[in-house]
Amino acid sequence: MGPSGTGKTTLLKLIGGQLYPDQGTVIVDEQNVHRLKRSDLYTLRKRMGMLFQSGALLTDLSVYDNVALPLREHTGLNESMIRTLVLLKLHAVGLRGAKDLMPNELSGGMARRVALARAIALDPMMIMYDEPFTGQDPISLGTLVKMIKELNNALGLTSIIVSHDVEETTSIADYIYILSEGSVVGQGTPEQIKNSDSEWVQQFMKGDADGPVHFHYPANDYHKDLLEI
Amino acid sequence: MTHIFQQLGHATLSSFAKLGRSSFFLLLTLTGILSVIPRPRLLIKQLFSIGVLSFLIITISGLFIGMVLGLQGFNILSDFGAEEALGIMVAASLVRELGPVVTALLFAGRAGSALTAEIGLMKATEQLSGMEMMAIDPIKRIIAPRFLAGFIAMPLLAALFSSIGVIGGHIVGVGMLGVDDGSYWSQMQANLDLYDDIFNGIIKSIVFGFIVSWIALFEGYDAIPTSEGVSRATTRTVVNSAFAILGLDFILTALMFGDL
Repeated sequence: MGPSGTGKTTLLKLIGGQLYPDQGTVIVDEQNVHRLKRSDLYTLRKRMGMLFQSGALLTDLSVYDNVALPLREHTGLNESMIRTLVLLKLHAVGLRGAKDLMPNELSGGMARRVALARAIALDPMMIMYDEPFTGQDPISLGTLVKMIKELNNALGLTSIIVSHDVEETTSIADYIYILSEGSVVGQGTPEQIKNSDSEWVQQFMKGDADGPVHFHYPANDYHKDLLEI
Repeated sequence: MTHIFQQLGHATLSSFAKLGRSSFFLLLTLTGILSVIPRPRLLIKQLFSIGVLSFLIITISGLFIGMVLGLQGFNILSDFGAEEALGIMVAASLVRELGPVVTALLFAGRAGSALTAEIGLMKATEQLSGMEMMAIDPIKRIIAPRFLAGFIAMPLLAALFSSIGVIGGHIVGVGMLGVDDGSYWSQMQANLDLYDDIFNGIIKSIVFGFIVSWIALFEGYDAIPTSEGVSRATTRTVVNSAFAILGLDFILTALMFGDL
């Protein structure tokens, strides 16, 4: 967790091997992500699901075909087996009835649920969620929170959630890292985080406008700026 | 003064960097084509949207250009009493020059801009990143089929353009201005050379198809993922394609027909 622009999505992209770090290493399942050959990285990615903030559904494919895509690309399963799996995954996110819709016919919350069905299509070992709660109405939000928790427990996954929604995240997370300006400023269980004496952590958890993270972007003196012609 | 040199240096360096990125992109795309061959469905879908959907603009433009050629050709040739040569004049102009060049310009405007906008928006909406994270190579799945489709569609569209143009010339020359029907076709048959005219025209359209598809796809792939970035990339596709087509046309014409 952390304020916007602090490097949370960048961290997910580093874990997924989409960006290269200037320094340090990323180890996933005992493999150094950035030392892997392209083919090995792709093999590892088959076991990593990622839910993008926008859903990232392919707009020229229907809901059904979007979820079927990773299965068709990576498994030699026949169409009838793929159909069964796609319907199972769509049922898990409550959108089996929407299988023939196109992505532009879905609401934001539905698109994210379809993307979630696609992310779990290959039964990954871990899923990375990029801001899953942003821009959701209360009903979609509640459904998503519940679904993430249930999927995590039912499939025995590791879930990494990047978010700045304090309440939702603390309600389902086992362990939280708080980032600010590219570094970890606090970590612990939700309880430990709530009771942390770090000013950074407290400002973020309480949503204070000012503190170690300033409301104003660094600028010249306000009065001087106004009087300048 | 130093500022100007800095800007010049920066512009030069970024041009070279872009050239490098585009060459690398082309290399990946060409190797990606191998993975399209066993999956013809991907190619057929793109052939439809890039080729078949361009039929209308190519047919109508070809018809009008042929009609204009028929009219202008008749006016000039009739001064010399050589109206019978209208058929070969129209056909040679179309097959050698106007067919490949105008088709390529229309193709860049119709299909090229659509390709750039599509790929650019896929990048902006994280669809390409999403595919990478699903271990699906976007170059193989998205770029290579489109590239191959553009490469195949372009010569076919140019052939269609020239054929329709010849009919347009016939409508005006024979139908309206009274040129002899037999002369129109027989002059064309007798004087149009398979190698010199038709084959060279096909080579031109293949080269243009390659260049326009490359520019359009690269600009989309390299676009800054914002509305403005995609809009600029689309403009660059049309402008750069036009420059490339016209510049290459001169070079190819000089190599094929000229004694420079």
